[in-house]
Amino acid sequence: MRVTVRLFARLRDITGTGELTRELPAGATAALLWDTLAKDYADLDSYREAVSTAVNAEYSKMSHPLADGDEVAFLPPVSGG
Amino acid sequence: MSGALFAVTPDRLSLDDVVQAVGGHDEDPTQPAGAVTSFLGLVRRENLGKRVLRLEYESYEPLALKAFERIAAEAHHRWPDVRVAVHHRLGTLRVGEASVAIAAAAPHRGEAFAACHYAIERVKQIAPIWKHEFFEGGDVWIEGAVANPDDDTAREAAYQRVSRTCE
Repeated sequence: MRVTVRLFARLRDITGTGELTRELPAGATAALLWDTLAKDYADLDSYREAVSTAVNAEYSKMSHPLADGDEVAFLPPVSGG
Repeated sequence: MSGALFAVTPDRLSLDDVVQAVGGHDEDPTQPAGAVTSFLGLVRRENLGKRVLRLEYESYEPLALKAFERIAAEAHHRWPDVRVAVHHRLGTLRVGEASVAIAAAAPHRGEAFAACHYAIERVKQIAPIWKHEFFEGGDVWIEGAVANPDDDTAREAAYQRVSRTCE
């Protein structure tokens, strides 16, 4: 299956893009997706415990199973206000 | 945007817009607000001893709007008669410009102050918005809370901050 990944703030700076796509095996979770990204971009690794996840613009857990066509957003610690 | 309860926008913010959104100028006698409080967050000239040149805000917009809705619903749950509006600015902001505008309407001032304060505390905890600070000599992404709307400890901490000042 194919998913779209959205990245923001420093995560976008690390990867050099705010949006990319990834092919994943059926049943893959957001955590597996994160791990594949962290392999490609080593500087993401330090965010493993500090990243929040949203699937199709709803906050989700890393254990959330993904479906073909999902949009998965990884969010570094927020600083609005 | 002026009538919307929740907005993320590159346009300049107006307190009047959020006050109007919660019905603060409303003549409707079926929903009389005895009090409207508002909060305006501004870009500071100094942060952590550095002279700030500008901030650049970005957000995950659809989730930011849902986060604002959730914050307003939480406030409504705590203080059943309040209405809350949240507008957040995006893009490049100069020192002194408003980054966030919040209004809360309620039958009495206590709930209005409390709900407004609660809303800004929660915006800082769970709204998917980031500020990139440009200061003399460099720039840095500011990273605050790990956003988790279901974290009861964070929600309670926001409520405790409010309790100390408003009630």
